Amino acid sequence: MKTFRFAIKQIIPLLFSYTFVGIAFGILIHEAGYSVLWAFLSGVFIYAGAMQIVMVSLIISDVPLLMIAMMTFFINARHIFYGIGFVAKFRKMGWKYPYMVLTLTDETYSVFCSIEYPENIDEQKADFYIALICHMLWVLSCTMGALIGEILPFDMTGIEFSATAFFVVVCVNQWHQFESHIPAITGFASAIGFYILLGADYFLLPALSVSLITLTIMKERIDMQTGGVKYDN
Amino acid sequence: MTIDFGSSAAVLIVVASITGLTRAVPYLLFGGKKELPRIVHYLGTVLPGSIMIILVIYCLRNIDLAAFPFGMVELLSIGIVIVAQVTKKNTFLSIFLGTACYMILIRIVF
Repeated sequence: MKTFRFAIKQIIPLLFSYTFVGIAFGILIHEAGYSVLWAFLSGVFIYAGAMQIVMVSLIISDVPLLMIAMMTFFINARHIFYGIGFVAKFRKMGWKYPYMVLTLTDETYSVFCSIEYPENIDEQKADFYIALICHMLWVLSCTMGALIGEILPFDMTGIEFSATAFFVVVCVNQWHQFESHIPAITGFASAIGFYILLGADYFLLPALSVSLITLTIMKERIDMQTGGVKYDN
Repeated sequence: MTIDFGSSAAVLIVVASITGLTRAVPYLLFGGKKELPRIVHYLGTVLPGSIMIILVIYCLRNIDLAAFPFGMVELLSIGIVIVAQVTKKNTFLSIFLGTACYMILIRIVF
């Protein structure tokens, strides 16, 4: 119960973004003519906000399946980079391992990146609860959106900014936490550079790849700055 | 619009499988019982520092810098988040202030 409460506390900052993006998707797919069941199934099996919203427009415009597959890959390829940080951690989790792998979203990734476990908390259990509750929350929001989205009493336009704000908070925390600022500066520089060079639609993967390569090349220097980090998550 | 059940189901299955695949790639490569290469350990530690900032810029990618208000709403809101987080170190407060600022500004400015 203590672990469960701890998990809930870590999720609170994401509550708005999850709920409202989920509802937005629900409304969209409902307007496209699909029943609640489709919203529910998308939430359960896809569980990727941006992709689900793109999927609705792809379905409506009758895009060929191969094209959809390729778009899905490119929109979600950033997840490949998230996974690298959690191989060591998740593969120790037994039957929960595949679930942890398949439910790592932008948001849960940033929670796991910034979380600090108190001593009396079972880390694996907490991680699993966080993954599970977030997933449930997402499925619920998608379903709710399709059910009641249109009668939502408030204009919540802009609430999705809470996700951006959360990622900024994680960046600030990492800036204080990390001894070397090279990773942050590398990410920033490559993202801005490729954004200018390639534009909004194509900068993400080159930026991630170049960061990975740069950090690999600069390993010695970063190791020096951090006084020889121990890499055991 | 009429819905073709078969093709809709196919789309859902394809999107779900490919999304799952992108999430599984690092584990398929390094997830076995073998000793993890040192470089993966190292990247696992330092890469989040790069990724999180890229993710922020990814969130802001659709700002139109050529037209009024030139992304100032986003920049100002992010500024508030940073100041709040540096001074108060309260995640929830920082997110609340930043989002409130954003929601108010998009209503006033446009």
